[in-house]
Amino acid sequence: MRRLISGDRPGHPLADLLMLALLVGLAFAPFLFPGTKSMAAASRICIFIVLAASYDILLGYTGIVSFAHTMFFAIGAYAVAIPLAQGGPSWGAIVGGELAGAAIAAVLAGLIALLSLRVQKIFFSMITLAVASLAGIVAAQWRDVTGGEDGLTFSLPAALGPGFRMVQEPFLGVRFDGRLVTYYLIFGVCLVLFGLMLRIVNSPFGRVLMAIRENEFRAEALGYRTVIYRTIASAQAAAIAAVAGGLMAILLRYNGPQSTLSFEIMVDILLMVVIGGMGTLYGPALGATVIVLAQYYLQPGLQAASDAVTGWPVLPQLFHPDRWLLWLGVLFILIVYFLPAGIIGTLRRRVR
Amino acid sequence: MGSAVLETRDLTIRFGGQVAVDRVSCAFHPGTLTAIVGPNGAGKTTYFNLISGQLRASSGSVALRGRDITRMAAPLRARLGLGRAFQLTNLFPDLSVLENVRLAVQARAGVFLDFLSLAVDRTGLTEQAIGHLRRVRLLDRAGAAAAVLSHGDQRKLEVAMMLALEPEIFMFDEPTAGMSVDEVPVILDLIEAIKAEGDKTILLVEHKMDVVRRLADRVIVLHNGALVADGEPAEVVASAIVQEAYLGVRPADG
Repeated sequence: MRRLISGDRPGHPLADLLMLALLVGLAFAPFLFPGTKSMAAASRICIFIVLAASYDILLGYTGIVSFAHTMFFAIGAYAVAIPLAQGGPSWGAIVGGELAGAAIAAVLAGLIALLSLRVQKIFFSMITLAVASLAGIVAAQWRDVTGGEDGLTFSLPAALGPGFRMVQEPFLGVRFDGRLVTYYLIFGVCLVLFGLMLRIVNSPFGRVLMAIRENEFRAEALGYRTVIYRTIASAQAAAIAAVAGGLMAILLRYNGPQSTLSFEIMVDILLMVVIGGMGTLYGPALGATVIVLAQYYLQPGLQAASDAVTGWPVLPQLFHPDRWLLWLGVLFILIVYFLPAGIIGTLRRRVR
Repeated sequence: MGSAVLETRDLTIRFGGQVAVDRVSCAFHPGTLTAIVGPNGAGKTTYFNLISGQLRASSGSVALRGRDITRMAAPLRARLGLGRAFQLTNLFPDLSVLENVRLAVQARAGVFLDFLSLAVDRTGLTEQAIGHLRRVRLLDRAGAAAAVLSHGDQRKLEVAMMLALEPEIFMFDEPTAGMSVDEVPVILDLIEAIKAEGDKTILLVEHKMDVVRRLADRVIVLHNGALVADGEPAEVVASAIVQEAYLGVRPADG
């Protein structure tokens, strides 16, 4: 276990417990929370954990502020979606698409990082914003390939379809069908990627990334060529985001600008990282879980609360399901105010 | 004395119309401790920055073992053996004291792009870092974040990081500035120990004349960016220009 998490424990008894609960919850999600909606939520949590954690390598560990992370997410998604939409369902298209997406994202991220070699941080952020906007335009306009704003719908190999049965009889009330295979495919890939990221940030390389975040000038004076480190970190984060994007396409059997490329997703990623705690990897995992759960369950939860207080003054209005974004906002403000280093970040500081 | 390991020729840098370092030519030899003195604003730290690569010269050259490094980036100069301890404390504030030094050891060991092993598994590097901390008497603070150290301890850490690079050329920029009286000897003894190794080149920017007299083999004086005196400590310290710079009216521009 210690090797698998690269010797990096969440670092506080409560944080350990939360992460263990998250791991167990996701590992047995089809059995603990059966149902189409909860399966979709669990899959999305897995994918966003990887996406937010890969962004944390940039933001939390290296101190790079990039707004192009969704672009790499989308590159991975299109790299899987395009061959599936054009060539029909095949495992070759999925595996090849994932690998090609990761490679393209890594090269592109490396180029952006190298091109922005000499600019100050704020200008680097602006460049990533411009590149991300450009990618949005390309995705929307290149209709023959990307399907434009409508996106691409495609089918998956039979083993990932709802009609597929591994075992005829349900076990513990769960059907062993293609949806289960899809979930465990997503879960397994995400678990491996998360372990890989833990390894990266705890390696000698990862320590240098932290040194760059702390004091880039000093890292250079010690003999580290920080441009190379930033470039490689960008490429790694982009490749991982691209793989997560491919999983998103598989989950939805669809990909379009709204599902992987929109700026709202970029904002979500930022919130996940900040709420959970920058520079901890576990924090963004928790942040991703909180936000995805809020997106799926805050509205119905408010409906229940609103129904419970029917007849009271003002309260039903306050808990009206349409107010869910307001409550999400209140939650963010409370977390940022009381836990300035994020949930896991603040817990870790208590231990120190 | 042997041939020069480090040499600057007509080294100059201008910021706008201001000439901060003005055609400084000077050679430094192994086994010699050269003190660089001069009033505030004389260009001492800027001269250091030109040598270690934090700034690029407007004209002139820097040569390391006969090789022109004037255009070389700072990390590569560090790898060639130029070690620098900064005047304004320049650490990794949120990382532990041990990790600050460990990063320097890791750079020295040439562990550059390894992302699949674990840093904690490289116990050899950690032990070396512990050794350097012991040398500057900072081992008891190894687990603290660099940012919470006292000013004197931060200076010691700065020196430990340079020791960890095991450079051939040590560049100390006012290593004892702001230190309490009882901490100063630790650093001075350390510098003497490095000097006693016999083959290291030491450059020391220092304001305290008693320190200069005790440690230096040679003193050069910078004034308004130019090299105005060079020689034995006793004669240079007694010279008119140093007397004016230190004992006379201090320049208004600081």
